[in-house]
Amino acid sequence: MGHASDHYFVPEPSKFPIFGSIALLLMGSGAVMWLNGVSPGNWMVLAGFLVLVYMLFGWFGQVVRESEGGSYGRKVDKSFRWSMGWFIFSEVMFFAAFFGALFYVRSIGLPWLGDADNALLWPGFEPTWPNAGPIVEEAFTPMEAWGIPALNTLILLTSGATLTWAHWGLLKEKRGQLINGLALTILLGVIFLGFQAYEYAHAYGAMNLKLTTGIYGSTFFMLTGFHGLHVTIGAIMLTVMLFRSVAGHFTPHRHFAFEAAAWYWHFVDVVWLFLFVVVYWL
Amino acid sequence: MSVRARLAVFVLTFLGASAASAGEVNLQVPVTEIAEQIYDMHTLMLLICLLIFVAVFGVMFWSVYAHRKSRGAIAANFHENTTVEIVWTIVPVLILLGMAYPATRTVIAMKDTSDPDITIKATGYQWKWGYDYLKGEGEGIRFVSALSTPQDQIDGRADKGEHYLLEVDNPVVVPVGKKIRVLLTANDVIHAWWVPAFGVKQDAIPGFIRDTWFRADKVGVFRGNCAELCGKDHGFMPIEVHVVTEEEYSAWVAEQHARVAATAEDPARQWTLQELAARGQEVFAANCAACHQADGKGMPPAFPPLDGAAIVLGPKGEQITTVLNGRPGTAMAAFGKQLSDTDLAAVITYTRNAWGNSTGEMIAPSEIGAARAAN
Amino acid sequence: MAAVTPDQLHGHHHGPTGLMRWITTTNHKDIGTMYLVFALIMFFAGGVMALTIRAELFQPGLQVVQPEFFNQLTTMHGLVMVFGAIMPAFVGFANWQIPLMIGASDMAFARMNNWSFWLLPPAALLLVGSFLVPGGATAAGWTLYAPLSVQMGMGMDMAIFAVHIMGASSIMGAINIVVTILNMRAPGMTMMKMPLFVWTWLITAYLLIAVMPVLAGAVTMILTDRHFGTAFFNAAGGGDPVLFQHVFWFFGHPEVYIMILPAFGIVSQIIPTFARKPLFGYASMVYATASIAILSFVVWAHHMFTTGMPAATQLFFMYATMLIAVPTGVKVFNWVATMWKGSMTFETPMLFAVGFIFVFTMGGFTGLICAIAPIDIQVQDTYYVVAHFHYVLVAGSLFALFAGTYYWLPKWTGHMPSEKIGKWHFWCSIVFFNLAFFPMHFLGLAGMPRRIPDYGLQFADFNAIATIGAFGFGFSQLLFVLAIVKCARGGERAAARSWEAAEGLEWTVPSPAPHHTFEEAPLVR
Ligand code: HEA
Ligand code: HEA
Ligand code: HEC
Ligand code: CUA
Ligand SMILES: [Cu+2]
Repeated sequence: MGHASDHYFVPEPSKFPIFGSIALLLMGSGAVMWLNGVSPGNWMVLAGFLVLVYMLFGWFGQVVRESEGGSYGRKVDKSFRWSMGWFIFSEVMFFAAFFGALFYVRSIGLPWLGDADNALLWPGFEPTWPNAGPIVEEAFTPMEAWGIPALNTLILLTSGATLTWAHWGLLKEKRGQLINGLALTILLGVIFLGFQAYEYAHAYGAMNLKLTTGIYGSTFFMLTGFHGLHVTIGAIMLTVMLFRSVAGHFTPHRHFAFEAAAWYWHFVDVVWLFLFVVVYWL
Repeated sequence: MSVRARLAVFVLTFLGASAASAGEVNLQVPVTEIAEQIYDMHTLMLLICLLIFVAVFGVMFWSVYAHRKSRGAIAANFHENTTVEIVWTIVPVLILLGMAYPATRTVIAMKDTSDPDITIKATGYQWKWGYDYLKGEGEGIRFVSALSTPQDQIDGRADKGEHYLLEVDNPVVVPVGKKIRVLLTANDVIHAWWVPAFGVKQDAIPGFIRDTWFRADKVGVFRGNCAELCGKDHGFMPIEVHVVTEEEYSAWVAEQHARVAATAEDPARQWTLQELAARGQEVFAANCAACHQADGKGMPPAFPPLDGAAIVLGPKGEQITTVLNGRPGTAMAAFGKQLSDTDLAAVITYTRNAWGNSTGEMIAPSEIGAARAAN
Repeated sequence: MAAVTPDQLHGHHHGPTGLMRWITTTNHKDIGTMYLVFALIMFFAGGVMALTIRAELFQPGLQVVQPEFFNQLTTMHGLVMVFGAIMPAFVGFANWQIPLMIGASDMAFARMNNWSFWLLPPAALLLVGSFLVPGGATAAGWTLYAPLSVQMGMGMDMAIFAVHIMGASSIMGAINIVVTILNMRAPGMTMMKMPLFVWTWLITAYLLIAVMPVLAGAVTMILTDRHFGTAFFNAAGGGDPVLFQHVFWFFGHPEVYIMILPAFGIVSQIIPTFARKPLFGYASMVYATASIAILSFVVWAHHMFTTGMPAATQLFFMYATMLIAVPTGVKVFNWVATMWKGSMTFETPMLFAVGFIFVFTMGGFTGLICAIAPIDIQVQDTYYVVAHFHYVLVAGSLFALFAGTYYWLPKWTGHMPSEKIGKWHFWCSIVFFNLAFFPMHFLGLAGMPRRIPDYGLQFADFNAIATIGAFGFGFSQLLFVLAIVKCARGGERAAARSWEAAEGLEWTVPSPAPHHTFEEAPLVR
């Protein structure tokens, strides 16, 4: 009974996970110390981060070697697909918490603060959006949708297209198209981040819009900030894929790592569309 | 004894114990219509649940008793029956509908805070309640109400009184039979205003006003607690409501107004350091000692000492700002909203001259007024 | 069905030995064992905190601890029990049993599985270590309500990062479980042939993936409110403290079902075995589990009836919550119907399973009473709620964990657990449990708030009884440790099918289960 080909790859014992745990312990306790002004918190975070980078390199390096060495059968490939899908779903739920917060303050929290009873506490408060709460200390300019943000939307959408174009190249065994497409996608991602950074600087400077600018600043910077972080992670994933493509990895039939990075990129893309509509536009 | 018998004895023991001390095992005796409805609803729910419980576990324990291998039971082999399964899905739904009906009525009644006779605003502070009579007879009365049980009773150095932990210095007073609307808010963290006998519990949320209402049918003294974890002394911020007849209420209102008039501060009064510090000691005991302790040593690192603190010994401006505006994000509240200029001046003067601190400085009430104005 | 080929019996294990074996292992059985041992240690840690709480509450007045520390104990007791004891224990069961029950050679991602476990000790270190830092552990309750949690000292930050790390661990663990179940079942094991324990875990894993990130988001907002000046929970800046409660309970309510669904699964394995009769209503059990999970997403605000929501909102959440009684009822009825006309014996696992049904249902009923909004307004934040959730968590989740441990110990150790100790453990537990927690219903109804270190004199008697019960219950748990240790060290040899009528693939491999099982997938008909 059973078939030899059904053997599911079970990796050998590995030292990498424990490095990951040590890294997070260092970063966690270091961050606590840092935030509370206890030295040497910042150095612990840095050390933890370096350990984490080591661990990620080692772990993923090994996965790549196993993959290229042909250890992963069709079933393992399927496992990877399921897991990436559900991982992205968990990320969606993480963003949902912040989108939910934005929705709540805009349609429930603020109107409540501005109702007749609450005039007792905050006389004359107008619950309009954008809003930084009843105690606004300094005037600020809200973010405008039809400047850089609209451009950024265009950039991200284009990057989704170039990525698909790269994928076609991979499927049609046109390595040049694959590499060019990937490089272009990454470039667009970096441009996006550059614009984002410029926008932040502009907000802090000319617009007096800060993380501390009440609920508007809080939701704006947390949502766009976490999105930016995800763009960065996605760009790093794509960069790894670029190097692997140059090194000749991936075949038209087996290139799940590439697809995973692409899924992630598209997910980041979709989050941006939501952001553009509810954070910048409406 | 069989399992069933053992459990039966066990349950009976509990029921027996319950009956013996009725009143302490059930909801408190209701004194408002809403509380009455809640009480009856709870009794009804309990009975329905008990009934289902007895039925389900009657069957189960009968099976445990009769269908055991040691009695020679042979296992049957059925493993589904669509009819039964549909029945025991539908029947609970019907039971639940029966439960939801009275509950819905009461929810709607509880939410109807319209047309009150008297409106009182209650503000939760760490760890006391401030009351403001906003509308209706007694308008303008305001006071702070804090635990009056002596610390010695809590620490076991004195015998505990009858109303241990459920007594306050200044109780809320309301007339019987009148609709009282209570507006709730808080100054620092979330508290909850709860008087069980009225069937009222409402969170007091900092920065928001929430409301609830009650109409007490009986005169008497009714006690409750803060019902939302609010820090160190959450267990020590009770609520005491005196429901009195209308005449007594009018008398109380008159007395309150008279007292306010009598003790009205003469803004021009000239204080001596001693007078101000003596008053400050009282203010400190009532408002600050919970955190900074009577001996000024605080409870570091959560609550810093004031004895010897740089800010207390340094220029007075900064201390005035700290006490007036608090430190956002910490337990140090903005006392400017709670205390009068004189009280603030007194307490600051006190801290600058108490314990090991001896600046010999006095802060005049007018300086507080000036600091407020500068804000 | 020869599930085990001879070469698997050689235990060809070449990896590191000693401590390094445990640190680097990719074997689901090793990892399962580590999860279970970790959970047991945390259970005792949380238990010691609970007993300190109970000691303080033995009499009115402050005797043992100061209020500040008392609140720290309450908070950490809740966090440690929920995130350190109950959840990891169920993941331990999943690790050990799911591959065995579906005929898989291991978990889908064995290395990541290792990391999921090894994230827990750092998280536990941060959490428990926070007692030692200036200001002590967080004292804002396990619900971490803002703005009280914004006021806390650095212990709060440690708790936040601990929650982040545990969340990462849970998400990875859950993804692993989902993929294992969906992708690694033996040929012939269709979804509707899966053992119920596997089904309940599949659904639980989905709940975890959906809500752990939301919790991470909630505590992140607290972190930024604390240190970076955001205003999510600050009305002066346009935020709302109640927003935190919405986000927290969107996680929190599914979380309580995360802690009970696998328990339902364990009980559904045990009852048929000892009733010697197939589980009644397998399909409806699956549908009921799924319904509970789906409903769990739309009931969260029943924890917030006293925050002052509009009547329509209260009513919606009240109705939705009440509905959960229906699928849960289906489960209870199915278990009873399974026992009906069976041929029952009452070994320790069965005792705990029957005890579970009986006492959990009481907790379910008090939950239903809490769900009635007007009544909840009276009992919210009182000992009635404390009684409710210890009935479902201790007599529910924990008893099911005990039942499952006794049930599968033979498979894990190769020895039968001592019936004598097991029975003592059960009877002491159930008696002392009720002694400890039943009086809390009375206390709550009569008006005793929760999370207080001291109380009025009218509550003295029942508190004294509860404390006696709690200590009895706590010390009874030493019997559990004794039973496990004895079983691990020796005792009557267990057959492959350790219980006469046990069904399922896990009973086709020898006891103890060899290090590697099902390297060749078995065929299920
Ligand atoms: C394992 C964990 C678990 C489980 C399974 C449950 C199950 C339920 N819980 Fe509980 N709950 C908690 C853990 C759990 N709870 C915790 C930890 C808290 C407090 C959190 C905190 O504040 O710290 C809490 C608090 C809590 C509250 C808030 C109380 C408050 O703070 O004011 C409410 C209110 O609705 C509630 C309701 C319910 C309901 C309706 C169920 C239902 O699922 C129960 C359904 C079961 C039955 C009803 C019994 C069996 C059914 C039948 C036999 C069928 C026939 C019955 C009828 C038709 C009546 N729970
Ligand atoms: C998740 C599961 C879980 C479990 C298993 C328990 C188990 C217990 N809990 Fe639980 N409890 C919670 C979850 C749980 N609790 C939660 C979520 C809260 C809310 C927290 C909050 O309000 O924020 C709470 C709150 C809570 C309170 C209310 C505190 C308050 O409001 O101030 C009380 C009070 O009695 C209590 C008591 C107990 C007891 C006596 C046990 C017993 O079952 C414990 C059994 C004891 C042991 C297992 C100890 C054994 C140790 C020894 C015998 C000593 C031997 C020593 C060594 C070997 C070193 N708990
Ligand atoms: C609820 C607890 C609490 C109460 C009540 C309280 N304080 Fe404080 N107080 C604090 C905390 C916490 C701090 C530290 C704030 C920080 O970390 O910046 C503080 C800080 C101070 C400081 C600054 C100390 C320093 O060294 O920086 C002064 C002065 C002070 N309080 C005075 C008072 C006075 C006067 C009162 C009463 C009118 C009072 N406090 C009541 C909690 C409290
Ligand atoms: Cu105020 Cu609890
Ligand atoms: Cu719930």
